[in-house]
Order: sequence, then C-alpha cells, then structure tokens
Amino acid sequence: MTSSPTVLSFLPVLLRGAAVTLEVTAASAFVAFVLATLVGIARVSRVQTLRVAATAYVEILRGTSALIQLYYLFFILPVLGIDITPMEAAALGLGLTFSAYGAEIVRAGILGVDPAQWDAARALGMPHNLAFRRIIVPQAFATMLAPFGNLLVELLKSTSLVSLITLTDLTFSGAQVITSTGKPGQTWAAVLLLYFLMCFPLAQAVRRLEKRFTLYRGLARRPA
Amino acid sequence: MTFDTHLAVQILPLLLRGLVVTIEATLGGFVFALVGGLVLMLGYRARSSLAGAASRGVVEFLRNTPLLVQLYFLFYGLPLLGIRFSAMITGVLGLGIYYSAYIAEVYRGGVDAVPHGQWEAAQVLRFSRAQTWRRIILPQAVPPLIPVLGNYLIGMFKETPLLAMITIPELLSAARQVTGMTYRYTEPYTMVALIFVTISYSTSLIFRRLERKVATP
Repeated sequence: MTSSPTVLSFLPVLLRGAAVTLEVTAASAFVAFVLATLVGIARVSRVQTLRVAATAYVEILRGTSALIQLYYLFFILPVLGIDITPMEAAALGLGLTFSAYGAEIVRAGILGVDPAQWDAARALGMPHNLAFRRIIVPQAFATMLAPFGNLLVELLKSTSLVSLITLTDLTFSGAQVITSTGKPGQTWAAVLLLYFLMCFPLAQAVRRLEKRFTLYRGLARRPA
Repeated sequence: MTFDTHLAVQILPLLLRGLVVTIEATLGGFVFALVGGLVLMLGYRARSSLAGAASRGVVEFLRNTPLLVQLYFLFYGLPLLGIRFSAMITGVLGLGIYYSAYIAEVYRGGVDAVPHGQWEAAQVLRFSRAQTWRRIILPQAVPPLIPVLGNYLIGMFKETPLLAMITIPELLSAARQVTGMTYRYTEPYTMVALIFVTISYSTSLIFRRLERKVATP
C-alpha cells in the first residue's frame, strides 16, 4: 500500500471552507446587527407593547440553542412551503440567535448613558427623538463596540454549526478531507488551528479597542 | 401543514428520556469546568511563569476555537492515541474542557476583586500559600460569582445539542429519531425548542433572584 495523502496536501480544500466560514460570519453578523439595533431600541422604548414584544423576542431566542434554531429554519420552513437555501437559513438562523444577545448589548449601551445627558438635551429644547439620535446614540455606540466585537468572535465560532445544514464551511471541509485522508486526528487539529488563526486576531483587536476605550472614558471622567 | 398535538404528546416520553441525558451531561460538564477553571486560574497566578504562560495559552486556544470541532477532535482523535472513552464521557470532557476556559476568567475576576490587604494579612499571619488560597482568598472570591457561574451553566445547557453529533442520545438525538420514524419535523423540533426555553428561562430566573441576594449584603 502506498502512503495515504497528507492532510497538508488538502490545505486548499480547508482554505476554501474557511472562506465560506467568513462569508457566513459576515452575512449573519449583518442580519444580527440590524435586528439587534431594532430590538435593543424597542427594549427601552416608551411604548409598553414594544417593550414586552422585544423582551419576549430576546428571552425566546436566548432560551433555545443556536443549533435548534438552525434546524428549525432548515427543516421546517420547506415543509411550510417556503424555499430557503442553506446559506439563507444559516444567515437568518445565526443572525436571529445572535441578534438576541446583541439587543441586550444595545439596551445596556443606551441605559448606560448618564441620565443627565437626557436632562441637558431637554433643557436645550431638544425633542425626545432628536436627543436620542444626536446625544444618546453616539455615546452609547462607543460603549457597545467592544461587546459587539466579543459577540462577533462567538458568532465566528458558532458558524461551525452550519456544517450540519450542508454548507461546505471549514468544519464541513474538515469532514470531507477525512474521507480522503483517513486521518481524523490530524485533520481536526488542522481545522482547530485554522479557526484559531481567524478568531484570535479578532479577539486581540477587541481587547485593544477595549483598553483604548477605558482609557478614553477615564480621561473624560477626570474633573477639569 | 398543521401542528399535530396528539403526536407532540405521544413523543414526549421519548424526548424526556433524552432530556435526562442532556441534564446529566450538563451537570457533569459543569462540575468538570468548575474544577478545570480553578486549575487554569491557579496556573495564571502561579509563581512559575511557565505555568502562567501555559494556562494563558490553553485558555486562548479553547476560547478561540469552536466547541463542535473540539468535540470532533476528542471523539475521533483520542482513540488514535489509544485513549478510549465512551461517547458520554468524551462529551462531558469536551463540554467541561471548553467551559473551564470561560470559568477560569470568571474566577480570575473574583480573585482580583479580593483586596490586596487580605494577601498581606495572610502573609503576616504566616499562612502558607496553599492555606491562603484555601482559607482566605477563595472563600471570599467565589460566592459573589455564583450568578455569573449560573449563566455559564445555562449556556452549557444550550450547547448540549452538539453532543448529538458525537452519538450521545440526548434531547436533540431523541427528536432526530422521531423525525426519522415519522417524517414529521414540526412537532419534535418545536417540542425541543419549548423544553429548552422553559428550562433555561426558569433557571435564569432563579439565578437572577440569587444575584439580587448577593448584590445586597
């Protein structure tokens, strides 16, 4: 028997998978960000119905697991007569799951702005919505950046679930490489390493951002 | 297609048997993570810089790779090294190892919050380092962390469906078994989603109450 092919010779297959992983991450991050913003604002709305609906949304989506939600979309929507591609199911499923966590970040960001800022805006004659847009959101946004970054790392890792709904992402490619090489240990080690190479720099960037921001807040708080 | 309530009730016993396995795996993994997290955190704080670097390296690697692939690695990779565990043990180990990285960070935060004077006082009173950890630092550091640890317990519970992929007969496996027998997807997956929401939401309420207790001494 000749020696079986090495895992390294299948690196291009894994890299193509990694590209799909990044694609899914970008698509679901976009969905999650848009929904999180809307739901997060609804969570602190003055309209009670909106608040209750947003709270239910967050609790239900955070209460179930991401994989169950993916399965739900992937297997049940077609039964209901709605055609959905695996990529759409992935972006929508992960987007929904992570939007619930993102909404809590938005909510905390808005509530974290000093209430005196609202008072000052009113004293200057600003209507509520204008004060929200011009005064509250810009300050809240700065505090949300680092938590959003951390959530993005979690999302990137969670995209490995899309391999279970037939998308050829990095994890799925790993399984394919194993059928060709018969080397599960080395292949999964290589897949882990590739995920690490994508996630770690992102996590480090978030950490730097966090440090910089704490510094900025520290300076801003110091009395003149 | 409508929701067949009769079928949903009929499959409930099967799903609940899966749920028992889910809960066993969650609790087993959590206990492992509580201990593993402690070991990693003590590694950070060890006087040897090698132990510190090793702990930090392990934590970074575990936190920046997906749990699903870690499980595959353990399940398919360990037997090649001659290490054979049952699927269930592998699953509990996998969950436990992954979460020890997160829990190590939680502990670290708790230990950092203990005033430095406590260390100095222990030193003055001639406590050994091990005694200081056991009698002075940990008893003050850990109780305020209970709500945060609770959140990780719920998080872990929600990750358990991944165990279905390494052949553990937990809740999602049970549901997949039903879909295989009946070709119905709506009922089993809806029931699984409902079970998950019910348990994680009620558990989160318990920990929220605990949090209030811890916050107001």
